Amino acid sequence: MATAIDVPPGQAVLEAENLSVYYGSSAAIRNISIRIPENRVVAFIGPSGCGKSTLLRCFNRMNDLVPGARIEGAVRYRGADLYAPGVDPVEVRRRIGMVFQRPNPFPKSIYENVAFGPRINGYRGDLDALVERSLRQAALWDEVSDRLHESALALSGGQQQRLCIARALAVEPDVLLMDEPASALDPIATQKIEDLIYELKKSYTVIIVTHSMQQAARVSDYTAFLYMGELIEYGPTDLIFTNPRVERTEAYITGRFG
Amino acid sequence: MKRPATGANRGVGGVSGGAAGVGRGGAAPGNFRPRLRYRRTLGFVFAAACFAATLVGLISLAVLLVDVWGDGADALSWRFITSFPSRIASRAGILPALVGSLWVLVLTAVFSFPIGVGTAIWLEEYAPRNRLTRLIQINISNLAGVPSIVYGILGLAVFVRAVALGRSVISGSLTLTLLILPVIIIAAQEAIRAVPNSIRMGALALGATRWQTIRHQVLPIAMPGILTGTILALSRAVGEAAPLLLVGAVAFVPFLPKSPTDSFTVLPIQIYNWISRPQGEFHALAAAGIIVLLVVLLVLNAAAILLRNRYSKRLQ
Repeated sequence: MATAIDVPPGQAVLEAENLSVYYGSSAAIRNISIRIPENRVVAFIGPSGCGKSTLLRCFNRMNDLVPGARIEGAVRYRGADLYAPGVDPVEVRRRIGMVFQRPNPFPKSIYENVAFGPRINGYRGDLDALVERSLRQAALWDEVSDRLHESALALSGGQQQRLCIARALAVEPDVLLMDEPASALDPIATQKIEDLIYELKKSYTVIIVTHSMQQAARVSDYTAFLYMGELIEYGPTDLIFTNPRVERTEAYITGRFG
Repeated sequence: MKRPATGANRGVGGVSGGAAGVGRGGAAPGNFRPRLRYRRTLGFVFAAACFAATLVGLISLAVLLVDVWGDGADALSWRFITSFPSRIASRAGILPALVGSLWVLVLTAVFSFPIGVGTAIWLEEYAPRNRLTRLIQINISNLAGVPSIVYGILGLAVFVRAVALGRSVISGSLTLTLLILPVIIIAAQEAIRAVPNSIRMGALALGATRWQTIRHQVLPIAMPGILTGTILALSRAVGEAAPLLLVGAVAFVPFLPKSPTDSFTVLPIQIYNWISRPQGEFHALAAAGIIVLLVVLLVLNAAAILLRNRYSKRLQ
């Protein structure tokens, strides 16, 4: 398959090298090499089953939790091998946070949702201040400041997803992985999430998996197009969308398949 | 998904058949035969059958209650509850059996809850899904169906004789623990399995360890179900006589058990003892004993509901 990789310059926060993931005997992704630059938003696009979520989950070792999953190749975080024998996936996941496709708040109060991560990770500072800061970063504070101790399940879907983002930010990660964070939300809630991602890249590196090419075009600086488990094209988003170099990328972004 | 295909098949051969439907239903397309009245009747019959099934249980329970109340209400008094058993019916009371049942209940709960919930957590959260764990699982389900008398024989051989705990409260409790463990394990497993996986993923993605995820997220959500299952199992244990007969609960206990190693009796055995006597006065005492047992069960179940509601409220 023809591929084109336009590696962004500068320090890579995350880097995969010749990465393959197998579920049982079938390969979900094959031989992917990709560098994720700091303080940028990188979008993974591609049709269902192309391996974009699998690739995302390699970056915080969530694939470890899938029975029968096996990886080959290397994943490096700021130069350190994430899969080296001494590396504890629990520590990896604190540094590299994750937001899921469906909002999954804990059935507890809004406050407890945000405070849980810092608490279990032994946070020693002012927890109230951290909760407020995280909720402000997730653009949710103004909507919930007067009901912090009410159930998170009473929030709307969009608010719940922003709560999940606040929860992820509360453990002060370096990178935020987002697996189709807006696919279960309506257009207005989606726009709030997208605005938020734009804000977040000032202090975080963000990787977002999305089914929506418009979303990728709106929020990301770099876009990676995956197809059938392979990385087909990776480069600056404006180039990918205006001038793709691989025919299959063009076919996908113009809606001829997928 | 399959509907269009069926409709198309009908359409080929059944144009005239469909026409009747059109005539009756006005705008109904020819490929459908709604038969609305038939479907609604079927639904009504089903609901009625379910209601009848419910009635069977309710009526039997009502008959039992009325019958027992009629026989035992006169014998029921504060003196009955606070007296020791006696050869003279008018002086006999149920205190040692009541206290013995409470002893057994508390000790059985103390033994069975941690062991049962621990097993369930291991099976659901830690154990690999392989042939061995499937085998364990099948065996647990089988054990839930073993007759209680068999556990009595086991308890006699192991706790009373081999471990030499004697005919004591602790032997009885351990025997009942074995009896209800499978039920508690299965109920706790169901409750843990019902916790959405997205909750576990959410906690793990924040850098929680597996233990922290279970302790702070999974167990609180599963707890109402675990408690309900445990208390239902304990209610069953309170009503058991057969295994305790074997383990040596005695019918005539003129003292109260003061420690787990004392000998004891329980309500069902006292009731059984009275009912097997020829004199009618003792049958009335047995009925009164059944009322006391039912009240204990009622209190247990009320406690289960209270606990569950309290947990559920905290979650909302």
